[in-house]
Amino acid sequence: MLSYAAIFVSTLIGFSLLLNLWRFIKGPHMLDRIIALDTMYINAIALIILLGIFLETTLYYEGALLIAMLGFVSTSAVCKFILRGDIIE
Amino acid sequence: MIVELISSIFLIIGGVFLLVGSVGLFRLPDFYMRLHAPTKASTLGIGAILVASIIFFSFKEEGINIQEMLITLFIFLTAPITAHMLSKAALHVRLPTEPHTLNRDKVEQIRTRQAEPKD
Amino acid sequence: MKRIKENAIVPSPFTFLLLFIVWLLLTNSYGLGNLLLALFLSIALPWLVRDIRSNTLRVAKPLKTPGYILMLLWDIIVSNVIVAQQVLGAKENLRPGFVAVPLDMREPLPITLLASTISLTPGTVSTEVSEDYSTLYVHALNVPDEQALIQQIKQRYETPLKEIFGC
Repeated sequence: MLSYAAIFVSTLIGFSLLLNLWRFIKGPHMLDRIIALDTMYINAIALIILLGIFLETTLYYEGALLIAMLGFVSTSAVCKFILRGDIIE
Repeated sequence: MIVELISSIFLIIGGVFLLVGSVGLFRLPDFYMRLHAPTKASTLGIGAILVASIIFFSFKEEGINIQEMLITLFIFLTAPITAHMLSKAALHVRLPTEPHTLNRDKVEQIRTRQAEPKD
Repeated sequence: MKRIKENAIVPSPFTFLLLFIVWLLLTNSYGLGNLLLALFLSIALPWLVRDIRSNTLRVAKPLKTPGYILMLLWDIIVSNVIVAQQVLGAKENLRPGFVAVPLDMREPLPITLLASTISLTPGTVSTEVSEDYSTLYVHALNVPDEQALIQQIKQRYETPLKEIFGC
């Protein structure tokens, strides 16, 4: 039963990723693209956790943690770039 | 069996909230409003999915497995910071707001970090 | 208002506890050796970065923090249901707005915590704080009543934070 739930939820997340992709392509501003990318990071973490539940393994947990950290760092770096026009001041 | 049921319920709650966050990002009219949907709905969605994962793995294997708490903690700590930096950058580049936004005239005052004048 | 004692072995018990728990969760083993390693790291790491620690406040009433965190978790769940309704409902009914919340606190750490709390709860994102820390500017998804929102933020979140930090 859990595997059916996992498949259903991954469909929902795939649909959310499509919506994010639409926002990523349409914009209209650079910041809209950044926030779309940030949401895509979160959805990707959810997909990895789901894969771990589906395959009944905790191996993928470190991958999810890495994506969470890289997502935060890259989002704040690009925000900093837009604020200052430079990352290394 | 009952464990699988509980984790499935948490999974579906999480998936629905993630979808709501993305729908908000898709259809809300201006940037500041779009900021709300991913920071809140997606954070709770990922939290619910991680709770499902914790419940599932804790009962499947011997002993508790609360490693996933770390991702939840990290996302709950970073989501407000990301939201704050994004809104700061949006104010900096003067992104347009919806015409019927309340206190729309204060944007320039907020942008330059002035205090609200005392009455 | 109590400041952190710079020379103590454990200058900030909260940093110590956080590092200890995060190390245990990260390695996911709870043997004696790993506990000792966690203890060592959570004392050594704050000591190594002591120079960049600003003169921050100490938590005056630690026993009040679990209650605050539980209230915060409950509010996150409730607010998400509300935001979901607003997101999926008619766009014309939403009245977004910027709201200026006057602050009673002047310390950076409690204001940061208040701003993060606001970003996570009822349809609000904190956008900016004024340079003299006297006003917090908040963007809300739906503002039917500006004064009610300010009152709610001040009573529900600022008052407990003021008690916790004793300022």
